[in-house]
Amino acid sequence: MIKTNDLILRTTTTLIAFILFGFSVYLFFAGHNKPGGGFIGGLMTSAAIVLMYMAYGMESVAKIIPINFRVVIPIGLLIAVGTGVGSFIFGQPFLSQTFAYFQLPILGKTELATALLFDLGVYLTVIGVTMTIILTIAQDRKDETA
Amino acid sequence: MLFAVLLPFLASIFIPFLAKWKDRIHTGIFVTLVPLVIFIYFIQFLGTGFQPETRSYSWIPSLDMNMNFYLDGLSLLFVLLISGIGTLVAFYSIYYLHKSEQLGNFYVYFLIFMGSMLGVVLSDNVFVLYSFWEFTSLSSFLLIGYWNHRRGSRYGALKSMLITVFGGLSMLGALVFMSVITNTASIQQMITEKSIILNHEFFPLIMGLLLLGAFTKSAQFPFHIWLPDAMEAPTPVSAYLHSATMVKAGIYLVARNIPIFADSEWFFVIVSGFGIITLMWASYMAVRQTDLKGILAFSTISQLGMIMAMLGFGTKVAIFAAVFHILNHATFKGSLFMVAGIVDHETGSRDIRKLGGLMTFMPITATLAILATFSMAGFPLPFLNGFYSKEMFFDATLDLESTSNALAGFMQQALPYLAVFGSIFTFVYSMYFFFGTFRGKAQISELPKKPHEAPIGMLISPAVLVAGVIIIGLFPELINKPFISHAAASIYGGEIDKHIYFWHGINLPLIMSIAVLAFGTILVLTRTKWEAIYRFIPGPLSMNKVYDGSVKRAETYSERITKTYMNGSLGRYFRLILGAILIITFGFMAATTGFEFNMAYSAEITLAEILVAIMMAVAAVGTILAKNRVAAIIILGVVGYGLAILFVIYRAPDLALTQLIVETVTVALFLMVFNHLPQLKMRKQAWSTKALNLIISIGFGALMTLVAISAHSSKWFDSISSYFVENSYKLGGGDNIVNVILVDMRGLDTLFEIAVLGIAALGIYGMVKLRSNKEEDA
Repeated sequence: MIKTNDLILRTTTTLIAFILFGFSVYLFFAGHNKPGGGFIGGLMTSAAIVLMYMAYGMESVAKIIPINFRVVIPIGLLIAVGTGVGSFIFGQPFLSQTFAYFQLPILGKTELATALLFDLGVYLTVIGVTMTIILTIAQDRKDETA
Repeated sequence: MLFAVLLPFLASIFIPFLAKWKDRIHTGIFVTLVPLVIFIYFIQFLGTGFQPETRSYSWIPSLDMNMNFYLDGLSLLFVLLISGIGTLVAFYSIYYLHKSEQLGNFYVYFLIFMGSMLGVVLSDNVFVLYSFWEFTSLSSFLLIGYWNHRRGSRYGALKSMLITVFGGLSMLGALVFMSVITNTASIQQMITEKSIILNHEFFPLIMGLLLLGAFTKSAQFPFHIWLPDAMEAPTPVSAYLHSATMVKAGIYLVARNIPIFADSEWFFVIVSGFGIITLMWASYMAVRQTDLKGILAFSTISQLGMIMAMLGFGTKVAIFAAVFHILNHATFKGSLFMVAGIVDHETGSRDIRKLGGLMTFMPITATLAILATFSMAGFPLPFLNGFYSKEMFFDATLDLESTSNALAGFMQQALPYLAVFGSIFTFVYSMYFFFGTFRGKAQISELPKKPHEAPIGMLISPAVLVAGVIIIGLFPELINKPFISHAAASIYGGEIDKHIYFWHGINLPLIMSIAVLAFGTILVLTRTKWEAIYRFIPGPLSMNKVYDGSVKRAETYSERITKTYMNGSLGRYFRLILGAILIITFGFMAATTGFEFNMAYSAEITLAEILVAIMMAVAAVGTILAKNRVAAIIILGVVGYGLAILFVIYRAPDLALTQLIVETVTVALFLMVFNHLPQLKMRKQAWSTKALNLIISIGFGALMTLVAISAHSSKWFDSISSYFVENSYKLGGGDNIVNVILVDMRGLDTLFEIAVLGIAALGIYGMVKLRSNKEEDA
């Protein structure tokens, strides 16, 4: 592959990727009360990562984010199932969610819901799935051209 | 009694272990003991004061399927035949089968067969009877195909299996019918309630199915064709299964059900009609055979036809004669098969054209053969049992109860002549069998082995059977009162007081016998002159051709049908599936007037919606017409984004967000994947296929639209969404109702959806990464 001088892309990427990532984290946390949630948040995060891959190439990003995305899928699923199994400890049926308000040091009065943990599972699974699919197909293409 | 039935099954479990020592002790020695024990156990029931006995053992009481055994005269006759001839055959097989054969297999099949045959004749419960019945078909299949490296064995085994299982299933139908309408599974109770069966509207069906089972098992015309091919089995098997026991299972079934069915006049017409046709056809065909066992096979068919005919008569003398002939046939036919086996074993050939003049080489075998064949022919000598039963057969044909049925009346007139005709040919093939094998010019050079007398052990079993022929012939009264009359009585349903004499005085049956003798002798002496007749009858016509043709046709037709609708084209499958849905749904909805149009629930349509809808419609049509694949994908994306806009308009922000991103990702993935594919080529399709596709797709779209409109037009229940609106914050702690439903109220769905995503990702990974191995191989 011929390396073109993609300085502008790389420079903007450093900026945009973080904005994207921040937006996705916002979407994830806002999900309970505003549009958003684990699914969209996960997709957005993947978009940020894909952008970095496009700008910097496989090897560099693999060094920056040394995560095997295939492992993220079972981790996400485990968290999601774990929140469901966790309700057994309190003698509740599978996947019973609850919430409460806490007085946290910096954030003040905050609502903490177990549903957020479940959403975290969704979030991680979605990242794992999208990244696995895209990277698998992309690498396959590279193998063929090589 | 249970023990007697289960003993062979139990023994068969141990045979494989015993068969390991076969180099030192022939496995047959152990096996011989099993029927011997059973025979000794049952022989003590013999006697003039015999009373039927019942034994019940629970099996599946809730379904009325119990191991109920009933031992009456008829069962006892069969049990003694099975165990007695079983002993002799097992003993004979010790000398017939070499130790290098797979003796374990042989004796396991043999014992399973024996046990199931005992089960058939002892069972009172129809379901147990049927179970054992199928076991006999199965073990007989295994035994016929014993030398499975031979093509003929496999063909014969398959043929017998198809025909007998066909009949067995018909019989099951009849038994279930009878059991349901009489509300009992016991044959004895059915007999007491026979009026229910006789007056039932399905009575013809019941009798037809039952007789179909009996006729196929007992090789009656036109189902006789499996028996000659079953001669590929080892000779002990032919002697046991195909002369003495299994082929008589159908006879037993008919005899057992005579008390129920005999009142119907069609019973006489069908059973006797088929019996007499079988008798004539098979005895006529037997003369044509060149294989010793082929002659005996057709002879067996013909004798079974004779017994069947007599059972159909239903008169006292006929039933007595039938029972007597069952016993006689078992003795002389069993010994003849063993003689054929000896000839085969000692000369290496069963072809009667190569054999001849063996009398000097095998004097003992020849003596046994002459006694058995003359008994089979019904030769009037006072020490041959075949004569007695044949004479009674003639007597029975002349002594039929008068009937009002025209067909039955005609049959009664014709029967004596037909019986004589069949007997003439019986005489001819009996003489042909004996003289063709043992007399005439010896052709030693033609034979694979130099003929010599068989070892003494091989001769014992046929000798015992021939001794039976002579003892019954000399002292027929010996077995009459304590044995035969019980069996006949249990069929007839009343005492039968009949005496067996050799000399009746000069009467019509004797004259018929003499006529058989005279015509038979003429035909035997002139056999070479009239043999050409077989070129015209049956000539090219044969039931085997019908069987082969129907098997082949069933295969080709089913193949053709499968190939017509399963041609591997996905397009065709889609057309079939969608077409079926179209026809069924449209038909159902039209018939039940399920389509409903009601504008009451419709909302206002805004300009934005109309514009987006037009855009999406144009894009959808564009996708179909696009010649380039990438273009098609991108235009399809327009539809997806249009949908996202619609979500926005309908105030579904979460859906709109997700739809936007997912649409982008799918388009990107499509582009990535399609980059690998070759250029889209215009496929040449017949315009009729195209038109059909168009009709089906438009029809399906119209159907779905109509269904959607109808569903919307009729609101039968209130929506449950108000519950979510009210409780989203109270119970889930969130304002975003969609999200609360997804993660809290219906979290399980989400859990499995992300599981689906995970599986899809791993699937893609697996497909892409593991693909390379196969390509390297190629």
